[in-house]
Amino acid sequence: MSKLFKKGAVMEKAAEGMADQLEQALKNSLPDDLTPEQTAELTPDRFEFAEFDDTLAEKTGYSSYSYWRSTFRAFWNNKLARFLLIALLLLILFTVIQPHLPGQRPPAQIYDFPDGTVMRNLQPSKEFWFGTNAVGQDLRSRVWSGTRMSLFIALIVAISDNVIGITIGILWGYVRKLDALLTEVYNIIDNIPRTIILILISYILRPGMWTMIISMCCVGWLGMARFIRNQILMIRDRDYNLASRCLGTSTRKIMFRNLLPYMVSVIMLQTALAIPSVISDEVFLTYCGLGMPKNIASLGNLVEEGRKMMMTSSRYQLIFPALVVTFITVSFYLIGNTFADASDPRNHV
Amino acid sequence: MGKYVLKRFGAALLSLFIIITLIFCLLRLMPLEGYLGPNVDKLSEEVIHAKLAAKGLDKPVPVQLFNFYRNLARGDLGKSWIYRENVDIVKIIKPKIKISAKLGAMAMALSLIVGIPLGATMARSKGKWPDKLGTGFIVFLQAAPSAVYFLFIQMYATKGTGLPMLYNDSKPVSWILPIISLALPSIANYGMWMRRYMVDQMNQDYVKLARAKGVSNKAVMMKHVFRNAFVPMVQTIPSSLLFTIMGSLYVESIYSVPGMGGLLIDVIQRQDNTMVQALVLIFASVGIIGLFLGDILMVLVDPRISLTGKEESR
Repeated sequence: MSKLFKKGAVMEKAAEGMADQLEQALKNSLPDDLTPEQTAELTPDRFEFAEFDDTLAEKTGYSSYSYWRSTFRAFWNNKLARFLLIALLLLILFTVIQPHLPGQRPPAQIYDFPDGTVMRNLQPSKEFWFGTNAVGQDLRSRVWSGTRMSLFIALIVAISDNVIGITIGILWGYVRKLDALLTEVYNIIDNIPRTIILILISYILRPGMWTMIISMCCVGWLGMARFIRNQILMIRDRDYNLASRCLGTSTRKIMFRNLLPYMVSVIMLQTALAIPSVISDEVFLTYCGLGMPKNIASLGNLVEEGRKMMMTSSRYQLIFPALVVTFITVSFYLIGNTFADASDPRNHV
Repeated sequence: MGKYVLKRFGAALLSLFIIITLIFCLLRLMPLEGYLGPNVDKLSEEVIHAKLAAKGLDKPVPVQLFNFYRNLARGDLGKSWIYRENVDIVKIIKPKIKISAKLGAMAMALSLIVGIPLGATMARSKGKWPDKLGTGFIVFLQAAPSAVYFLFIQMYATKGTGLPMLYNDSKPVSWILPIISLALPSIANYGMWMRRYMVDQMNQDYVKLARAKGVSNKAVMMKHVFRNAFVPMVQTIPSSLLFTIMGSLYVESIYSVPGMGGLLIDVIQRQDNTMVQALVLIFASVGIIGLFLGDILMVLVDPRISLTGKEESR
């Protein structure tokens, strides 16, 4: 049996190589009516018989297709996504190095005029680029420190969503005994509105950064786990997995080596989309009074503070943090969607 | 059909029971001071004990849970403790639910009327400018914080059109802006999903066959693609309709609508645990009933979905 298989493969290769040779020969052949110059080029050595070329016969129809390279190329071809990715990376880099730049103000410092009154609600000026807030703090350094804080929370939540979601999703899809139980758990958690779970957990625990992270993790893994489970149900019983199991591969290895690579693109998409939703959840929780403590700058706190100023002339206090939030969320959305399109092999040329 | 409905109904009841019990127990984990208002430190031991006894809180948790279920069976959600002291919860939320549901139902009608054709148009012109424009619109609505653009709508729309800034129950003109604000996020949502489902359907073989037969583009779109794409949308409609009674936190507070939107937050901040319990109970059961109705509606709309077969993963 194996011998037959081998022979078949060799013959196939040989046939491919011959086809290749023939194609090249056709390409090199000349048209019928020749000009005198072309006739002059026809030296006798071009009329010799071609030998059978072993190296060409071994040549297979292999193209240098690489999944990831094609994905990144397709992604890179989208001008808007490319621009947003670069801008977003620059923004993240800036928020990280901003406190170490010279001449930055601490975000919690309250500024006074020389006569002792507090610099409240100063309009944007040369001194305070984004103005000051109702307490007299520099809004620019607060916006950057808030962005840093919110991105940090978003990153932690996105990572733990991934870890919890992927683990539960794989177990859910792969281990048949757990299916009924996990489906029931999923239905229960999914049936309660997301906002209610967020509010309830933040209410039961003490409001703060880690409470917020925990409550977001409790709802965040659902979507990921369900998706992974459905994918796994689809590919679990394909022949290559059956073969792998027959050869004695351990369940763990099948999960991580055979199944997980199928889902990498979707996992990246979900991660990219988790970050904007975490930021908007944070704004929501702060709005409910269950967010971060007031003195710590975060995008939720800043939007909430600015919202109160909307109807006054100090509208800039809403506009600056809202612009940052909108930019971050819109770019993660578009980058995530473009990447999902690019990771689909049908879009690779 | 009857058997399927009965089975689903039983499962819905079971998950409802688990959710209520879970939330009840979780709320009992909170410190007792929450039940007694701000001046706990000044009260003596006996007064605290008497107050707890009056509310039935001195009994062990299983007994409290049993009492709660017994009252629930009579349609009694209990009395509010702090929000409006000793007023029946049902009495408090009834008028609020009416207002929220009225606005929400109108907003939902608007979002279906606008969102579904928007998604269909985008799918038909995939990759051309209506699609790109619509995608931009949807991405913006979904990504920008709604708390912020609602404020801008209120500010500029009232300036531009002279519509009233605050909600007034007896003046329908003042309902327009809240309804539009409520509808915008769901327009984006319906548009996005409709587009995605239709694009998925357009790549199916039966569409290619219909085109090969020479069916006109319009007929393919309306009779084949649209109808098939609409089936998964149908599933979410009952629960969205039921969830309108939850109100919208942002919209209702901006236009000062006396609806359900801010109520949960309000009672949480005042630590009125019976109210929290009742509201969470209502919202959770609405979610479960909505899902149940959605599944049944989907079966009615799409005859291909079999009732006896294995349940399809959602």
